[in-house]
Amino acid sequence: MRRAVLIAIPYVWLLALFLVPFLIVLKISLSDTALAIPPYTPTLDLSAGWAGIREFFGQLDLENFVWLTEDDLYWKAYLSSVKIALISTLLTLLVGYPIAYAMARAPEEWRPTLMMLVILPFWTSFLIRVYAWMGILSNEGYLNQLLLWTGIISTPLTILNTNTAVYIGIVYTYLPFMILPIYSALERMDGSLIEAAEDLGCSRLQAFWLITIPLSRPGIIAGCFLVMIPVIGEFVIPSLLGGSGTLMIGKVLWEEFFSNRDWPVASAVAVILLLILVIPIVLFQRNQQKQAEADQ
Amino acid sequence: MNRLSWFNAVSLTLGFAFLYIPMVILIIFSFNESKLVTVWAGFSTKWYGELVQNEAFLDAAWVTLRVAVFSSTLATILGTAAAYVLVRGGRFFGRTLFSGMIYAPLVMPEVITGLSLLLLFIGIGLDRGILTIVLAHTTFSMCFVSVVVSSRLVTFDQSLEEAALDLGCSPAQAFRLVTLPIIAPAVISGWLLAFTLSLDDLVIASFTSGPSATTLPIKIFSAVRLGVSPEINALSTLMIAVVTVGVITASLVTKRAMMRQRQEEMAAARTE
Repeated sequence: MRRAVLIAIPYVWLLALFLVPFLIVLKISLSDTALAIPPYTPTLDLSAGWAGIREFFGQLDLENFVWLTEDDLYWKAYLSSVKIALISTLLTLLVGYPIAYAMARAPEEWRPTLMMLVILPFWTSFLIRVYAWMGILSNEGYLNQLLLWTGIISTPLTILNTNTAVYIGIVYTYLPFMILPIYSALERMDGSLIEAAEDLGCSRLQAFWLITIPLSRPGIIAGCFLVMIPVIGEFVIPSLLGGSGTLMIGKVLWEEFFSNRDWPVASAVAVILLLILVIPIVLFQRNQQKQAEADQ
Repeated sequence: MNRLSWFNAVSLTLGFAFLYIPMVILIIFSFNESKLVTVWAGFSTKWYGELVQNEAFLDAAWVTLRVAVFSSTLATILGTAAAYVLVRGGRFFGRTLFSGMIYAPLVMPEVITGLSLLLLFIGIGLDRGILTIVLAHTTFSMCFVSVVVSSRLVTFDQSLEEAALDLGCSPAQAFRLVTLPIIAPAVISGWLLAFTLSLDDLVIASFTSGPSATTLPIKIFSAVRLGVSPEINALSTLMIAVVTVGVITASLVTKRAMMRQRQEEMAAARTE
């Protein structure tokens, strides 16, 4: 009895505030836009009984999804979100791997401090960390001032409100998610393997390529998924650092909802975004499971 | 290996410079006299003074703090219960759905979570305000709490609970006297995580808040959209300072607690 209550409380909470809302999104994505409050039709009228329910289902259609395929803004935004996510994941890996590697090779008494230095920015407000780059990258910003002062450039570079700024912002804010799993994979690695490889005639670079990289692969995969999945739906970074040319689906959804007030289309955008995310999420889940089994 | 090779030293230096220089610049320029944030015009604390008098920011900060305290506490209770059910609950009807609902919000884009909750609140006619933000934050942060707590529950020795039950404890007593003290560090870090997630959240709060309740991130976001301002720099500096002090204190406290626990375990082992 007590066990049933313990299970029921979090269960009902998640059903009511996670699953049901999602079903509502699904339902509204199949509805039509209307000039009413709420601004969509049909609304489920339970008082009409069975006929009401039948009429309700009869009025649902895939119109919004057809609309998404016809207007090229949407599929361009989806493609460009995936592209930005892939490129920025690769960049984060290139920046994060050497840091994780150096951390794992640092003297043991330094490591807790280094770990904390990586985690600390993660606790600091995401918004503030993105905002910090606005002052650096703007036309009169600190980076341009520095470059002009040193004479490297003679006219200020336009970085803010371009995709470059979005990439910088993503790499900066998601770096801890990449460093930590790679670090934990590298830290567990047996250093004598490298020595053995070098004794057997490998050069340093070969040993790195043939031993270190394969052994840290689980960390690399986990880190890449941890960066890529949230970046696809990112909103804050493209809206603060990106320009009008930065198309990302999170921003499109936001504008569809808040500016255009088109709830059915916003819901359809959300449903497709989730469908796109299902593939990497399932792959990630499977990878984590395989890893957990290998550890046992 | 005891010394860092030059390559590793360079990557560490550049890496941490990249992570910290933006924040250091932000902090330095919060003490800038000039309204033009990019030009240094001498040291001044006047932006902090203006900040303290800005009632809109103070109100938003107060709303944010209340939301964070309520939602993280609720999330810790629900998340710990969920972790316990997942790890110790055995089989029950709909277990797969339950664990799916625990993990899905962790990877769900915030825009979708926000949109779906807003549509729910409108559907059931709940006025948007502090309550709806608390409900929304509790829902996604309880999943983070449950992941943190269940990773601790998995590793700890179940025979301790069984011993307590054999010695006459009721299941509730065994949980309170044996399980809870052991998982306490995880529960506390879960609470801290939920608290910061709530403090930090812009997207979900924007969807679920109404005109009566504006949180600090919403306020900051709408100010920042217009460009960089020294007042926001001052506010950011204060927030960074609070987080830094909090994280360092928390890590020192847990380190000490872990050392004490280890000593007790060693002492117990000696007396056996």
